[in-house]
Amino acid sequence: MDPVVVPPVGASVPRVDGVAKVTGRARYLDDLDAPGAWHGATVRSKVPYGVLEGIDLDPAFDWSQVVVATAADIPGKNTIYLIEEDQPALVAIGAHVMHVDEAIAIVAAPTRKLAFEAIKYVKPRIKALAPNFDVTKSEKTFKQFLIRKGHETDADFDAVFAKAARVIEGDYYTSPQEQMYIEPQAMMAEWADGRAYIVGSMQCPYYVHKAMKPLLGVDGNGVVITQSVTGGGFGGKEEYPSMLAAHCAVVAHKAKRAVKMTYDRDEDIAATTKRHPAWTRHRMAIDERGDILAIDIDCVMDGGAYLTLSPVVLSRGVLHAAGPYKCATTRVRGRVMQTNHPPHGAFRGFGAPQTTFPYERQMQKLALALGEEPLALRKRLALRAGDTTSTGQLLGESVGTDQVLAAIESCAGSAPARDGVGPTGAPIKRGRGVCFYFHGAGFTGSGEQRLAGKATIALTTDGRFEVRSSSTDIGQGAITMFTQICAATLDVPHDLVVVVDPSTALVPDSGPTVASRTCMVVGGLVQQASLALKKTLLAWGEENGLGGKPFVDIAKARAAHGEVTDTKQYVPPPGIHFDDATYTGAAYPCYGWGACLVDVSVDLDTYEVTIDRCVQAIDVGKAINPSVVKGQIEGGTLQALGWAVLENVIYKDGRVANANMTNCIVPTFADAPELETIIVECPYPFGPNGAKGVGEIPMDGPAAAVANAVENALGVPFDALPISPEAVRSAIRGEASNTWGVS
Amino acid sequence: MGCFVKVTLEVNGAPHTIDDVSPWKRLLDVLREDLRLTGTKEGCGEGECGACTVMMDGEAVNSCLIAVGQCHERSVVTVEGLARGELLHAVQKALVRCGGAQCGICTPGIAVCAAHLIDHRLIDDRDDNAARAKVRELLAGNICRCTGYQLIVDAVIEAAREVAAK
Repeated sequence: MDPVVVPPVGASVPRVDGVAKVTGRARYLDDLDAPGAWHGATVRSKVPYGVLEGIDLDPAFDWSQVVVATAADIPGKNTIYLIEEDQPALVAIGAHVMHVDEAIAIVAAPTRKLAFEAIKYVKPRIKALAPNFDVTKSEKTFKQFLIRKGHETDADFDAVFAKAARVIEGDYYTSPQEQMYIEPQAMMAEWADGRAYIVGSMQCPYYVHKAMKPLLGVDGNGVVITQSVTGGGFGGKEEYPSMLAAHCAVVAHKAKRAVKMTYDRDEDIAATTKRHPAWTRHRMAIDERGDILAIDIDCVMDGGAYLTLSPVVLSRGVLHAAGPYKCATTRVRGRVMQTNHPPHGAFRGFGAPQTTFPYERQMQKLALALGEEPLALRKRLALRAGDTTSTGQLLGESVGTDQVLAAIESCAGSAPARDGVGPTGAPIKRGRGVCFYFHGAGFTGSGEQRLAGKATIALTTDGRFEVRSSSTDIGQGAITMFTQICAATLDVPHDLVVVVDPSTALVPDSGPTVASRTCMVVGGLVQQASLALKKTLLAWGEENGLGGKPFVDIAKARAAHGEVTDTKQYVPPPGIHFDDATYTGAAYPCYGWGACLVDVSVDLDTYEVTIDRCVQAIDVGKAINPSVVKGQIEGGTLQALGWAVLENVIYKDGRVANANMTNCIVPTFADAPELETIIVECPYPFGPNGAKGVGEIPMDGPAAAVANAVENALGVPFDALPISPEAVRSAIRGEASNTWGVS
Repeated sequence: MGCFVKVTLEVNGAPHTIDDVSPWKRLLDVLREDLRLTGTKEGCGEGECGACTVMMDGEAVNSCLIAVGQCHERSVVTVEGLARGELLHAVQKALVRCGGAQCGICTPGIAVCAAHLIDHRLIDDRDDNAARAKVRELLAGNICRCTGYQLIVDAVIEAAREVAAK
């Protein structure tokens, strides 16, 4: 027999699920056989704010063939449990409707067509009230944070600021963004023996599990949540699936049969969460030498109608707001406000892209003011090991500042000529922009400690090794990465390792699939558990006269006697302390570091910005699978470039006015530039093989690099996203730009 | 609307007769529901995303925009028709090898379209800017939100090269 070669960690092995996906055999929720299942559709509010006075069923429709569920049919408590219990699953009669497209009732019918027909005949009676869509007029602050570094009071801060030789300031706006996973939200629920079985497209099975317990009035055993193959998430399937699961389970309970719900694209865009729009005022006090004396930031986000994950998004936003730059005196204020927009929520980057754009525009303005080369300025002011962040976190190992900046510098080449002629013969202006940024990996502050995620490795009776974790593969490559880590640790071939489909009945709670934590945190647990299991099995082999035999043979012999498992739970590395009260300390276990270079051309006839070149250098600690990491970086980069120039969510009277893929556009093959990706590896000692997060960081920086490049091309600043042809036209003509994005 | 017809069409080389079907029923639904070929996906239902792309008589179409009444006596190829048993098409192999499929929901549409372009030598096998731009142009009807397209373009060029070398 040939010796089995186990691919090492760091090899670009093909994805475990690759063949299933290229052949169409992978079964997403809507592909699952569901004989006898009915289909659900959602009755939604058409008004942004009001009181639900009643729900009328139009007698013109034959109601005998469908089931209608309202808040009164919820078996438990009418709340989507997450951080606070402020959001109902369905608006109850007498309660407030808080946003357009809020769910009021669910209809189930034997066919999807009939269900969608029936909802037209459900008439909510809503007494309209005056809505508010303006964060500056909001009466409710969901959450606020204040970070103070190097000063005690505002007066102290002002005193430092007053010493400035010059002040760089600006008002910045970043637009809401749709995740636009290509598989719309989808879920199916069925009750059997008093237990709810829910399967669907999701990132976080245990979030749904936690939310369903009070809502369905069951204990932890009364509901089983299983992830189906998921066609993209990007944060959009972090919190929203709990809402859809609630709808599905409640109507299935009433209909006494399985019910499947798959959203239409328009409904998905209109009703589900998207990136928080944010308004940031950023001021920097600069001393005579050109160093940063003080940074002052005030960031306001629109949380929408309910709290959802807004406090955590804001937290990540403020923790990244001062940027990866040396500064002794920093004040960061952040607020997230209630409005009558649909709730904003998780999207890759999770608040950090919103605050990265302002600080990297500020650095560009500083470079211009000082007459300093932009990359040189960043090199001079960037944080390195031994420096402290805005929360006073002392940076130790795994700080890739010099490596990512050097990588960009070495491949930059000369900047493109300013003036030119485009492919259509139109005059164009070209420009170059750079940015430097960081992204905290894992949960904020003490979050990982509180979560205390677990992962299990099991030797099953058929002699295979199962990875049991609730981390989902939503396309980012989690199951491939787990397979590689487990197989390499055990030194067994890949086909002996099976990553179990996440189901709350089968896997422990590893924490949610968010926050650039799956590889660093859960991958670490997989490695530790694999190592422990290996030791156990080798010891068993010694005791049973198999010492010195190949590990696979020992495992096979042991498997015949029954399953063996090992479970590991997250323990924070030493020295990780964060004070939630003062917002000081180690905000994240470690950071990823990124640098980006963008060349653009601006068509002076159409005002269109074309990204000619985009180079990203990202420090990921260690690439467990470089091909997968490259895919993560490039996917995130293009989402950021799209956000910069062509994506937008347009609200009109609280409703998404462009709720379809024709008008809510994302980059196509033809819009995307060739992406140049440089993987930098500055190992993080507490991650598996040195790995840290990569999922979110590529989203943070490129939008600022684009704005800096467009400014470089045209000589006018761009402080609001998106840099659409309309925005370029206004800027070129010297018209007041709509910096604050309020229409 | 009440009219029902019988439609005969060829799917992946096999003849099929769909009885008593509304001529307005979307080809996408006929494939997924009547024939249970669920490899073809619905991403938007309005012809923007390309996840439901199939070949119809040698032309890439969004099957969400095609009424089955238009398909009578025509030939359709879906993702299920690309592989010969376990032997994958060159572009399927290249997509796996290059990491061109992430969440995978757009992959069937891209694979179908790219396989046709490669088999008919509509894509150059050179890996230069012009060839890559051509791939981007010809696949611009298929949206992928995961990859940034780079690894898909790599895969399509690799597959084109492999097929051209045969």
